[in-house]
Amino acid sequence: MASTIRVRASSNGDITEVQALIQHPMDSGFVKNAKGETIPPHFIQQLTFEHDGKNVFAADWGGGISKDPYVKFAFKGAKKGDELKISWVDNKGATDTTTAKIQ
Amino acid sequence: MDMTDVKFSATRRLILQGAGAVALVGLGNLPFGLTPALAAANDKYPEEAFKQKSDPDVIKTLYGKTAEPSDKVKMDAPEIAENGAVVPISVSTTLADVTSVAFLVSENPNVLIAKYNIPAGTLPSVANRIKMAKTSNVTVLVEAGGKLYSASKEVKVTVGGCGG
Repeated sequence: MASTIRVRASSNGDITEVQALIQHPMDSGFVKNAKGETIPPHFIQQLTFEHDGKNVFAADWGGGISKDPYVKFAFKGAKKGDELKISWVDNKGATDTTTAKIQ
Repeated sequence: MDMTDVKFSATRRLILQGAGAVALVGLGNLPFGLTPALAAANDKYPEEAFKQKSDPDVIKTLYGKTAEPSDKVKMDAPEIAENGAVVPISVSTTLADVTSVAFLVSENPNVLIAKYNIPAGTLPSVANRIKMAKTSNVTVLVEAGGKLYSASKEVKVTVGGCGG
């Protein structure tokens, strides 16, 4: 099964810029379907990025983040070829993890 | 490369790489009480803050202090969002010692959208895409050096992202 996480991490020597795109419905619990039934909340609550065993970025999300969420940030201290580990967990306890090489 | 937008073509290669990765979704059907190991490594999820219905309540629950408007907090948000389901918002700041950034939409059913924890070595610059129910003030909070700063902007929404 393919990963839900797509990551692009590129280093310019000093700063590594990271963009991540995750496949997730991000249902807020406030939207009704065509039958008028409320779609129960289903969204990613925490997303973490680790480099060299250290947390470099952590997101706490609510249902207000768009479907198939996108996030961008940048950090120092990594070099090309290093690995970045990305994990998320949602409000139902589902998780996914992937690693990406910094380019 | 223009880094302000998602470039699907740029990430196509990553999709292929991702196809080889081990998916752990199947392991995820745990009851609420069993926090997955990866979450345990983080700060606790601010459950209460995400339930608050007003800016002051979110700020109080999340930080326990008041925010002071600052022109050093730069928010990039559209004047008009045609689709409230996907509104690109980013923030950056020249403030030093930033430890967290949060996004608030006053008119959404739950005001708090996201909180990002920024460890030392990570730049105080975050971009994401949020949902907006209707035209609203959007506020970003920046916690720096133990103090709380903010910037706000009204974003007009043509089609809401939370309607049914």
